[in-house]
Amino acid sequence: MTQLTPTRRGFLTGAAGLVIATQLPLAARAQSAAATGSFTPNAFVRVGTDNTITVIIKHLEMGQGAYTGLASCVAEEMDADWSQVRAENAPADASLYTNAAFGLQGVGGSTGLASSYIQMRQAGAAARGMLVSAAARNWDVPESEITVEKGVVRHDASGNSASFGDLAEAATESAVPVEPPLKNEEEFTLIGQKVERLDSMAKSTGASDFTIDIYRDGMLTVAMRHSPKFGGKVASFNPEPALAIPGVERVEQISSGIAIYGQNTFAALKGREAVEIEWDDRGAETRSSEEMVRVWTEAARKPAAVAEESGDLDTALSEAATTLEAEYVFPFLAHAPLEPLDGVIELRDGEAEIWMGSQLQTVDHGVAAQTLGMDQGNIKLNTTLAGGSFGRRAQPGSEFMAQLAEVGKAAGNGAYKLLWTREDDIHGGYYRPLTVHRLRGGLDADGNIIAWDDTIANQSIIAGSPFEEALMQNGLDATAYEGSTRMPYAWPNHRVSWARMESPVSVLWWRSVGHTHTAYATETFLDELLEAGGKDPVAGRLELIKDAPRDRGVLERVADMAAWSGAGTGDKRYGVALHESFNSYVAMVAEVSNQGGMPHVSKIWCAVDCGYAVNPDVVIAQMEGGIGFGIGTAMFNEITLGEGGRVQQSNYDTYRMLRLNEMPEIEVSILNTGNEPTGVGEPGVPPVAPAIANAWRSLTGSTPRRQPFTVALS
Amino acid sequence: MTISLKINGEDRTLDVDPDTPLLWVLRDELRLTGTKFGCGIAQCGACTVLLNGQTRRSCVTPIGAIDGYDVETIEAVEGPEAEAVQAAWVDLNVPQCGYCQSGQVVAATALLREMPKPTDEDIDNAMAGNLCRCATYTRIRKAIRQASDTLEA
Ligand code: FES
Ligand code: FES
Repeated sequence: MTQLTPTRRGFLTGAAGLVIATQLPLAARAQSAAATGSFTPNAFVRVGTDNTITVIIKHLEMGQGAYTGLASCVAEEMDADWSQVRAENAPADASLYTNAAFGLQGVGGSTGLASSYIQMRQAGAAARGMLVSAAARNWDVPESEITVEKGVVRHDASGNSASFGDLAEAATESAVPVEPPLKNEEEFTLIGQKVERLDSMAKSTGASDFTIDIYRDGMLTVAMRHSPKFGGKVASFNPEPALAIPGVERVEQISSGIAIYGQNTFAALKGREAVEIEWDDRGAETRSSEEMVRVWTEAARKPAAVAEESGDLDTALSEAATTLEAEYVFPFLAHAPLEPLDGVIELRDGEAEIWMGSQLQTVDHGVAAQTLGMDQGNIKLNTTLAGGSFGRRAQPGSEFMAQLAEVGKAAGNGAYKLLWTREDDIHGGYYRPLTVHRLRGGLDADGNIIAWDDTIANQSIIAGSPFEEALMQNGLDATAYEGSTRMPYAWPNHRVSWARMESPVSVLWWRSVGHTHTAYATETFLDELLEAGGKDPVAGRLELIKDAPRDRGVLERVADMAAWSGAGTGDKRYGVALHESFNSYVAMVAEVSNQGGMPHVSKIWCAVDCGYAVNPDVVIAQMEGGIGFGIGTAMFNEITLGEGGRVQQSNYDTYRMLRLNEMPEIEVSILNTGNEPTGVGEPGVPPVAPAIANAWRSLTGSTPRRQPFTVALS
Repeated sequence: MTISLKINGEDRTLDVDPDTPLLWVLRDELRLTGTKFGCGIAQCGACTVLLNGQTRRSCVTPIGAIDGYDVETIEAVEGPEAEAVQAAWVDLNVPQCGYCQSGQVVAATALLREMPKPTDEDIDNAMAGNLCRCATYTRIRKAIRQASDTLEA
């Protein structure tokens, strides 16, 4: 983890005006100037003379609680009152706001809080130290006699007290503490407690501004037409029917399709329908997804690149008393965040300003500069609140930013809002990869698992992206099969292999990435092996994880919560699943009944060990949200390509979300195990579908081998 | 075409294409951006507003069809029910990304105005059309119950 070293680069004292001028990015400088007399001890904190504390948030807030999480770390060490704390998005600036887990500014892989926990606390502790020394100077008393509580600085002996705001100006003269001491866990008053989310109020009154809510003077709204097939290109187009529509200002061809510029959204959308385009499908994916499933399945049946192995699998399988085999099919999935992809760009004679829910700011910033042919220093990238992402706004190749920049470049000076429709989003690729698993397992005569073989066929997310060099090792893309390797279960002979598939359909990480399919395939297949060996799903798993205390912890906890006594025999059955992802451990029990041939989920118990829960209520919310997201997906969602390669779904009518009346009751229990805090945005998703499927097997005798269940069970 | 409406208590006369969905009039013309676009085909509820007191999907409501109507958006939704709903929303930290929440709050307010003591089934019926991709549903349900209790108290 990167240490926040108190150099001028990280810590910028208000006294050193020049340092601020050269080092603080444009936006922060403007804000500092606007807030006269305010105290900006470092790039993460600003204390106003009005006694507000503004925490500069370097990660995209997309619902996961970045504002609240990072701000509570700062406020804790400052001994601030939570009501005086605000959050503000950091500008894109890799010199100040790098994610220690990535080496660039951006967030993903549930790293947001984990990678910033110490850094943000240090930022708060430094600010506190500087405020305290200002008070000591003002009152002429020793710093050691000063106390701080809920934003009030006190010296009891002299009876002096002051708010942070009172001290803001004087604090700019304080020296930056070299190693500000951090609190012990027992001293926490905000971390580990429920706090009000900093964004709750504005989001409940419609006051929050998302990218779609940015309006600039004279701004045109831009709609896109993309090739209906992946890899297709524009052969020719006729803009005239679009230009004939009142309000349509221009139509431009850019590398990713045809852009229609309207005076308002409705004009752009009508122009989008009207423009006539001939597509060139040479190089396009013309296979249907069913054909792809066949090809992927064949690949999964053959030897593939070995990602992990132990013992002698082939011998173990041939000697096993019982063997089981299963194949699973997982469809392409769209992320479908409720706010469709959007961005605003304003070009002003060699300068650009961009507003976007940017998840990988450094990459987006670089691609904007490259596309516009401008110096990065002349482009201001403002991160705006994102109406969901689930991975969609973190594109390693920044294709959406490139499109936004091309839209601007094609039209020249002016402001443009690029807004995708829901149809663009559902048809737009960057899907969770279509995946096939083939599993084989072997039991000895006593019912112990002695062989485990999992072959996964899917496309690589990383290959061909700028991350390939850093993340692909020996030709292996771990995001394709993560979760099937490094499993906690102790079996003597196992092998995990990956068959890399190719297609022009673009793929991307999707909330919990490889774990979206590996947890389902492994946890349902394991359940069947345990059953074949005459073992209970919980007791059988516990036997296999004797040396995995954190896995044990959550499994035992959830079994307790659900008063586990087997899968049951009545109308309601119970299924369990356990899965670690992104270093957070989650176990779930699902209560399921059969409603007209489809699973009805009435209750989910969930136990999570994320090391230490900085914001327990946010952890619970992420588990609840992950569970709902996981259920909706497993039940209903697939993106399919029909004959010829066109996507068959288009909007929420054909790609349907879980609804309120389908949400089960949820009970979450958090285990604080004294480990480093780890992320929770994704780990709530993987275990829910296999827990449901395991209960379903108890009800019907079979595991759905395909997702979504609506397809598998119809 | 000229259309006259009352929007958030104010009389407005608008000169727009009558086919324009109310959603885009609110956002593009009037900058009432709390009402969101999610699907454009009445499937998500992000664009929910009150039209003469009833919930309506503004994305499929042509402005030409509602001449003379009374429109209430999230920016101006008020009264004891709205206050109780918003207070419960904040207290229970309902929003995640927040994008759907304008629509949720408007729909929940309309529900409580009509039925101060909704049953679970009433809540299902009133809220099932408002999607939340972040799946904040357990808290939405709880917040509506809590708001209902506050109203009663
Ligand atoms: S935008 Fe109107 S219902 Fe989705
Ligand atoms: S809070 Fe994100 S869509 Fe509802």
